[in-house]
Amino acid sequence: MTAQDVRQIVVDIIADIAVDDDVTTIDDATPLREQLDLDSMDFLDIVMELKKRHKVEVPQEDYPQLATMNSCVEYLTPKF
Amino acid sequence: MTKKYDTIVIGAGMSGLAAAIRLAMFGKKVCILEKHFLTGGLNSYYKRGKRKFDVGLHAMTNFVPKGTKRKPLTKLLKQLRIPWDALELSEQKSSLIQFPSEKLMFTNDFEVFRTEIAQKFPHEIDNFNKFVQYIEEFNEVALDNKTYMAKDVAKKFIKDSQLIEMIFCPLLIYGSAWENDMDFSQFVIMFKSIYLEGFCRPNGGVRTILNLLMDKYEAVGGELIFKAEVVKVIHSGDKVKGVELKDGTILECDKVISSMGHPETMAVTQESPTITNEKSPAVGPLSFCESIACLDKKPTDFGFDHTIVFYNESDTYNYRKPETLFDHTSAVACFPNNFQHDDDFVEGEGIARITYMANYKLWKELERKVYLEHKNDLFEKSIETIKRIAPGFDANILFKDVFTPTTIERYTGHFEGTVYGSTDKLRDGRTSIEGLYLCGTDQGFLGIVGAMLSGISMANLHGLME
Ligand SMILES: Cc1cc2nc3c(=O)[nH]c(=O)nc-3n(C[C@H](O)[C@H](O)[C@H](O)COP(=O)(O)OP(=O)(O)OC[C@H]3O[C@@H](n4cnc5c(N)ncnc54)[C@H](O)[C@@H]3O)c2cc1C
Repeated sequence: MTAQDVRQIVVDIIADIAVDDDVTTIDDATPLREQLDLDSMDFLDIVMELKKRHKVEVPQEDYPQLATMNSCVEYLTPKF
Repeated sequence: MTKKYDTIVIGAGMSGLAAAIRLAMFGKKVCILEKHFLTGGLNSYYKRGKRKFDVGLHAMTNFVPKGTKRKPLTKLLKQLRIPWDALELSEQKSSLIQFPSEKLMFTNDFEVFRTEIAQKFPHEIDNFNKFVQYIEEFNEVALDNKTYMAKDVAKKFIKDSQLIEMIFCPLLIYGSAWENDMDFSQFVIMFKSIYLEGFCRPNGGVRTILNLLMDKYEAVGGELIFKAEVVKVIHSGDKVKGVELKDGTILECDKVISSMGHPETMAVTQESPTITNEKSPAVGPLSFCESIACLDKKPTDFGFDHTIVFYNESDTYNYRKPETLFDHTSAVACFPNNFQHDDDFVEGEGIARITYMANYKLWKELERKVYLEHKNDLFEKSIETIKRIAPGFDANILFKDVFTPTTIERYTGHFEGTVYGSTDKLRDGRTSIEGLYLCGTDQGFLGIVGAMLSGISMANLHGLME
């Protein structure tokens, strides 16, 4: 799977979680928390969706890797 | 053969539905058991002829505009994946705290309240502002907060007892399980949800919320059984095994999340559910009665604009179980037509709802005939209260309905008709039995928004994060 595919997977998950946010304007280098209405409970949702939809597991100590879209893609791509 | 569930949720009220949605959303096998034939619990609905009624809903608290980040309302909608617009919220116009020697108005713009206090209690405004700052910075939802009383904290900031009484009045009657005071965390929750955020109403009332929750629950594949009263939580070695229903059905599960209430839940864990002892959680002292009057005109037709009035005939606010059937010297009056939109009521009609504090035991003792007479008396008193609150009142009554603490007990199973539950809250939801958790009122978050948040956080903590 390409980095672009993985980015799309993450965007789709965020779009389902943050139903009132605009996900088309995400800046890949800025922390997601600063751009979107996401708190720690919602990051847990992202992790659970990754597991549910793609069987990709993110252990708790790796949550900081999901801070920005760039870091998400970098961290997740090898797992797909 | 019995099916085995990951989690059984007891109760299809706001908290149970929210908890079950979260669990089913992430693939858990969930079943809600509800003893009534409707959803909603303390916030249910009914119909009389062409008129639709909500049981509990005066107002939804915690109003924030769409897009407001990290507030209870937006948080819970996001966790349930319900768009803000789906609630079709309509804001209050204004509410009033009406005491004999002073009145304070508030709206969903907190500056209105601040200005009222600056004008009417100029000597206290600096203290009030400091108190508000303290409240804003307090983390009221931490699950390990200790219980201590709010008036002690308020008195450290505000000296004028009249102002303290007035600030506390709406917060107590909209959410305190304690008499005349409340736990400070609960106070902060209520202060933020009512004064700093605000009142609103979904178009269509409580049905709109419940329909959204039910649609969501179906979409994520959850099961729900109505007329399924849990009479026993089965456990062995202090670990949950399943539940038994009134008709004898046994359902197996790993976990139970109960919204029945703390004493109510613990009672069904015992061999003989009727035995309560000194170790049983306390049954909250407070209950209420309400009169609903359908009027032949709208409140604005008799010159009345406020949405909710917290009315008290004395300058001290006595929030406690009255020694009479009900206390008509103190009331909450709600005029649902006085939200910004007023298009889901019967054309041309108005509604007034009057809530009084009530004494469960005294109502419970009455024989049927006397009970009905007292209900009539209660209604008459309620109309007199409306006339004192809205002196221009000249409407005719088209329909009336009254409920009492025994009605609440009958329909929701809460012991003694308590609405705000036990004074023994279990903040992290854990009981002495492994796998049995509480959600809803007795976990500590209440009201419509609070109950849903409670369900969400208990499902996350005990069902999803292991
Ligand atoms: C008159 C009144 C006015 C109110 N006004 C407002 C308001 O204006 N704004 C606001 O935000 N809140 C209001 N509330 C409070 C709000 O309704 C409650 O705080 C909230 O609904 C509590 O939800 P819950 O899920 O914790 O409990 P409940 O709604 O009590 O849910 C418990 C459910 O469990 C079911 N149950 C109980 N025992 C069993 C059993 N053994 N087996 C199976 N099922 C069982 C019950 O039938 C019920 O459906 C009001 C309440 C009342 C009564």
